[in-house]
Amino acid sequence: MELFAQEQAGVLVIRPAQDRIDAAGAIHFKDRMRELTQNSAAPRVVLDMSNVAFLDSSGLGAVVAVLKALAPDRKLELAGLTPTVQKVFRLTRMDSIFTIHDSLSGSMRHAG
Amino acid sequence: MRDNVTALTRAVPFPLATLAKASLMHRIFAGTAAGVRQVMKDLSSSALWRQLGDGTRINAEIVLAEVLNNIVEHAYAQISGDIDLALDMRQGQLHCQITDTGHPMPDFTLPEGAFQDLGAIETLPEGGFGWFLIRNLTEELEYRHIGGMNQLSFTLIREQSSR
Repeated sequence: MELFAQEQAGVLVIRPAQDRIDAAGAIHFKDRMRELTQNSAAPRVVLDMSNVAFLDSSGLGAVVAVLKALAPDRKLELAGLTPTVQKVFRLTRMDSIFTIHDSLSGSMRHAG
Repeated sequence: MRDNVTALTRAVPFPLATLAKASLMHRIFAGTAAGVRQVMKDLSSSALWRQLGDGTRINAEIVLAEVLNNIVEHAYAQISGDIDLALDMRQGQLHCQITDTGHPMPDFTLPEGAFQDLGAIETLPEGGFGWFLIRNLTEELEYRHIGGMNQLSFTLIREQSSR
């Protein structure tokens, strides 16, 4: 699972290169997220999901694990959820736990 | 319409081969994470998928991934084997039948899949969402363990619109 990371104005933006976060890649995703977030001190981490067409419950568990690992001092936010990913978050009510931005640019406006 | 009736040229172990029958889509594939990922990719680019409304397609992708992952992680935890997936349209709804030769469900019963309360961040659940999602998005969910095979069948719920 390749992840691209970029930091600007106190926000670490991470974008998965693959279009699926599923059982086959969830553990690797979690490990890479841990590395990238440990290499940065940015208080806000935004996961740009706009290229992620699919996320299963293993992928959801991995995203939740990252949120828990960053808390309480740092925050994981999500941006650009595609319809299937949005549905998984909505059905499990995880959409009430995460700060979810419509788009990456929307999340950056918050940074100001 | 038949969509690439499965690869029966492949050596398919008995008894899965006997299940091959006329379905809109029928696949037999290795019960591994990679096998599941490949079949999910194949489905998403199939002619059958293009016929489904957006809502049903999204639900089907969520449900099938959960069901197939469960088979890989539990039924085939200690042994390996194939998964047989047959899809049909019945009264305008997508019907799925999935068979494997792995370990049966504990007590031969499907997990309840109750909603997990989300409390404080430190104690958020990181798993156990699978059967909750499956049960929320399906009807006529049936499980049988028969002749050494797990057989699961269900119909995807009808979606109002193509949102």
